[in-house]
Amino acid sequence: MEAVITFSEVSVVIGSVTLLDRLNLTLGPGQPTVVIGPNGSGKTTLLRAAMGLVTPDRGSISGVAKHRAIMFQHPVMLRRSVAANLDYALKAAGVSRAGRQARLGELLALVGLADLAGRPARRLSGGERQRLALARALARDPDVLFLDEPTASLDPAATKAFEDLIRTIAARQIKVVMATHDLGEARRLAGDVVLLHRGRLVEAGAAPQFFEAPRTDDARRFLAGELLL
Amino acid sequence: MAENASALQLLLTGDPALLAIVRLSLAVSLSAVACAALLGIPLGALLALTRFPGRGAVIVTVNAMMGLPPVMVGLALYLALSRSGPLGSWGLLFTPLAMVAAQTVLVLPIIAALTRQTIEDLWLEYRDELAAMNVGVMGRIGTLVWDARFSLVTAVLAGFGRAAAEVGAVIIVGGNIDGFTRVMTTAIALETSKGSLPLAVGLGVILLAIIIIINTVAWTVRRAGERMSG
Repeated sequence: MEAVITFSEVSVVIGSVTLLDRLNLTLGPGQPTVVIGPNGSGKTTLLRAAMGLVTPDRGSISGVAKHRAIMFQHPVMLRRSVAANLDYALKAAGVSRAGRQARLGELLALVGLADLAGRPARRLSGGERQRLALARALARDPDVLFLDEPTASLDPAATKAFEDLIRTIAARQIKVVMATHDLGEARRLAGDVVLLHRGRLVEAGAAPQFFEAPRTDDARRFLAGELLL
Repeated sequence: MAENASALQLLLTGDPALLAIVRLSLAVSLSAVACAALLGIPLGALLALTRFPGRGAVIVTVNAMMGLPPVMVGLALYLALSRSGPLGSWGLLFTPLAMVAAQTVLVLPIIAALTRQTIEDLWLEYRDELAAMNVGVMGRIGTLVWDARFSLVTAVLAGFGRAAAEVGAVIIVGGNIDGFTRVMTTAIALETSKGSLPLAVGLGVILLAIIIIINTVAWTVRRAGERMSG
């Protein structure tokens, strides 16, 4: 299987803080990869580096994924309607005027916002905002989609709706790479798990094996709910 | 204008001379604000979004120019537009166009500086999203200016306030010619120097009322727009 994205000896340093430390990691196609770890472990930096928003100070990131998209933890809604937000993303992705109308309807229906197309995006609820942000990311027609703690501020019902969407997207052969600190969510969604701590890769592997028989002490402690310091 | 009549009486009776002054005042100031906005908003946005050597010095200079003394601007334009000046052949001195140019110079730094600050603040919020969408510099400027449009109304109103209240520059380059370049502020200065204080005060009240009305309309439009677009 060809790697979607490969990190080779990747380090990211801001000032005196090392956010990623000589990271070697290969993300393959298929089921979602869930990146877990405590706060400050480098989850967000890993996604941003893979997206090209952060340039590694050392090492390289390669892979076959041509179209990449990201959804941030706190997505910014442009000051316009739901439909106009999505139309903006489609236009930025280079979709022709003729193609935008059909794609817009399709994406709004996918994320369940067709009835709110005309509403100002800044008036949406938290869950609706996350779904609009997801639709905007999908406007790029990505091979790989990075999601940075997309359900961190959602209630259980909105979380369930969003997780269902992630499964739908993954079923469409889009590689999902999602950061979360919610172990329950990781268990529900992950095909593969990556555990980071202090910018270093602690353990990576198939989800069933990781949750049932972790190979490292840090992973065992993390799964047991102990604090990794 | 009748010497002994009050400004209110003249306004209520539709005195042609007074109405011409009010009309010219609005035409000059609104034209100057429009020109300054057309130049100042893109300039401020460009300053907010680009990085180049000496950018800090440019920002400080633009900010400092918000306090440009009007008489200095008037004098500089007078020298440029006078018959022996580099632009003397244009024949603009003592015309409303020269007054528009003077007020544009005064208003431009205000709109550019306030736009730069507004867009820079919004850019911090939008940076990641627009970068992730691969939006280019010109697209970013367009997006940020559009999304900051309601805040930029305040910058434009500040510019209008400066233009409408200004007297030093327009009296130098306009000459306060009765029926041709006389505006409210220069008329107030003239009536005061003649001792016609009631007329001068009345003109001042009318000027203030016009400024308040324009600000009220702009504020109402802004609120309505914000409600509609979120």
